Amino acid sequence: MTRPLRLFLLGACVALSGVIATQTLGCGSAVDDARADDSAISLPEIRGEEVAVLTHAPEVPPVITRDHATRVLVRMETVEVARELDDGVEYTFWTFGGRVPGPFVRVREGDLVAFTLSNAANSTVPHNIDLHAVTGTGGGAAISLVVPGHETTFEFRAIKPGLYVYHCATAPVGLHVANGMYGLILVQPAEGMPPVDREFYVMQSEFYTAGAMGEEGLQAFDLDKAVDEEPEYVVFNGRVGALTGEDALRAEVGETVRLYVGNGGPNLTSSFHVIGEMFDRVYGEGGTRVNQENVQTTIVPAGGSAIVEFLLDAPGRYTLVDHALFRAFNKGAVGILEVTGEERPEIMASTGPARPTAGAASAPPAASPAGDASASASTDESH
Amino acid sequence: MRCLLVALLVGVAGLPALAGAVHATPPEGMALVRAGRYRPLVETAGGPRTVRVEAFYLGRTAVTNAEYLAFVRARPEWRRSAARPLLAEAGYLRHWAGNLRLGAAAPPRAPVVNVSWFAARAYAAWRGARLPTTDEWEYAASASATQRDGRRDPAFRRALLQWYSRPAPSPLPDVGRGPANVWGVRDLHGLVWEWTSDVTSALVTADSRSSRDADSGLFCAAGAVGAADFEDYAAFLRFGFRSGLEARYVVPNLGFRLARDA
Repeated sequence: MTRPLRLFLLGACVALSGVIATQTLGCGSAVDDARADDSAISLPEIRGEEVAVLTHAPEVPPVITRDHATRVLVRMETVEVARELDDGVEYTFWTFGGRVPGPFVRVREGDLVAFTLSNAANSTVPHNIDLHAVTGTGGGAAISLVVPGHETTFEFRAIKPGLYVYHCATAPVGLHVANGMYGLILVQPAEGMPPVDREFYVMQSEFYTAGAMGEEGLQAFDLDKAVDEEPEYVVFNGRVGALTGEDALRAEVGETVRLYVGNGGPNLTSSFHVIGEMFDRVYGEGGTRVNQENVQTTIVPAGGSAIVEFLLDAPGRYTLVDHALFRAFNKGAVGILEVTGEERPEIMASTGPARPTAGAASAPPAASPAGDASASASTDESH
Repeated sequence: MRCLLVALLVGVAGLPALAGAVHATPPEGMALVRAGRYRPLVETAGGPRTVRVEAFYLGRTAVTNAEYLAFVRARPEWRRSAARPLLAEAGYLRHWAGNLRLGAAAPPRAPVVNVSWFAARAYAAWRGARLPTTDEWEYAASASATQRDGRRDPAFRRALLQWYSRPAPSPLPDVGRGPANVWGVRDLHGLVWEWTSDVTSALVTADSRSSRDADSGLFCAAGAVGAADFEDYAAFLRFGFRSGLEARYVVPNLGFRLARDA
């Protein structure tokens, strides 16, 4: 029975109930059907137990191949640590696991996650965690608050597949997030995802330092800039240059790459783009369905994500950017995907060095009055 | 009668002669904090927007390791190896070298930390004092070097937030090095967190964004509802910290100071 028909019957049932006894009986089953359709999801049986593999960006934990739900133990420590945000620029990051972004967590739809959050003894403040993959009050935040030198464990069922942000939600939440407390958790669909050759973890976020971008030394957080949403830094994976030079992402021609892209914010929405590539498939906002193909730039909201996949057709240096371009070129939101392999001139090739456009030499300069001999002469000289 | 007097005092707030009706010399090591009104960060449902704080004495500095050592010498039941787990969890005085030895991680003049609320309360009673209430503590801590309420002063706020931009030093520095506020009290900010007498009746939920919780009576902090001042981030941090505490907890950057009725 189709859903609209059932709903129609349900409506008819309500209208007729109490009028004709037999019909009321008859539509009782329709009501049950309708309820069954919306009832609490059935939770799969939990078999066994395993410790989650956690990885630091840009690494992603291996694909989960098991065909059943299990109890997954996740252990994370919140650490406040001074690290470089840029060359010579330090910042006291508040982190999950000592790095920004926090570790990538990968579980399977239906898994029972036993999450232990500890707070390092030398932390200044308490922390907790809100995983957007959690169904229930505060996404776990209300039951995970830990003061320095303590730990707490809570359990949740990963009932909805998708790519989710997690973050600290302790008062004042904006400050905890602005200092670096976020990461991604992938709830892999029970049926799995199409295989790819490489997976990477990329997370954008911004930092509000007291000193202007590039000002060296230990930088304090600037509340006014955060409130005004005017960051000094917009970066991938926690620092300027985290994905460039030695640390560039690497792949080969012919491989398919999947990027798990998150945005910790706390304020800006990312216009995520890879210069020189299209995303063959986009799982919009980190959901479970490919909702678009051949996408140039995809939106990654603050506190949200996207999954993008693309086949590497040609070698080259592909640049990851927030296409809100001043963030990329002035605030740090740049990464490199280095692709090696055989050249593919049939896809893109130069057909010779740059040359003057036709007629450029004889055209009078726009600013010069026609017939001005000296202006024409100088134009000729410049070529 | 007393209530009437209080009401009168409130009505004429700003008349220093009346507002400072307490004359006794403060006990040694303490400063007089004069009566006044203060606006808590988090308003309780149906409660008053401001809270009257009576005059009280507050320790000029936090209690030090050396002072606490004198206490455990006098009260063996509070020595590290003797304290009952129900009253102080594992880790009690863990930065000390031994039951009666401070050691390198616990300089004598540094604030004592890793003490539970029960321990802090017992120490205060031994000294014939008490812990300040949260209202008293917050009221005293809202004073800058020049003003009773410095919270509107951007420079004061910035200075408080700076503390959180530095990793916690180890060992902790000595007490009394911070600037005195207008009451003559030091280090309310920038050294360690401090226990208050009613801290365990947490005022905020652990999830800082949730709002009114009719069942538990808990209230939000950073959420869109309930906070009186969204820019007082240092106050949010303190409320968040307190809401994570239980009375038997010990924390490496949580100490206390004494208070007395004036």
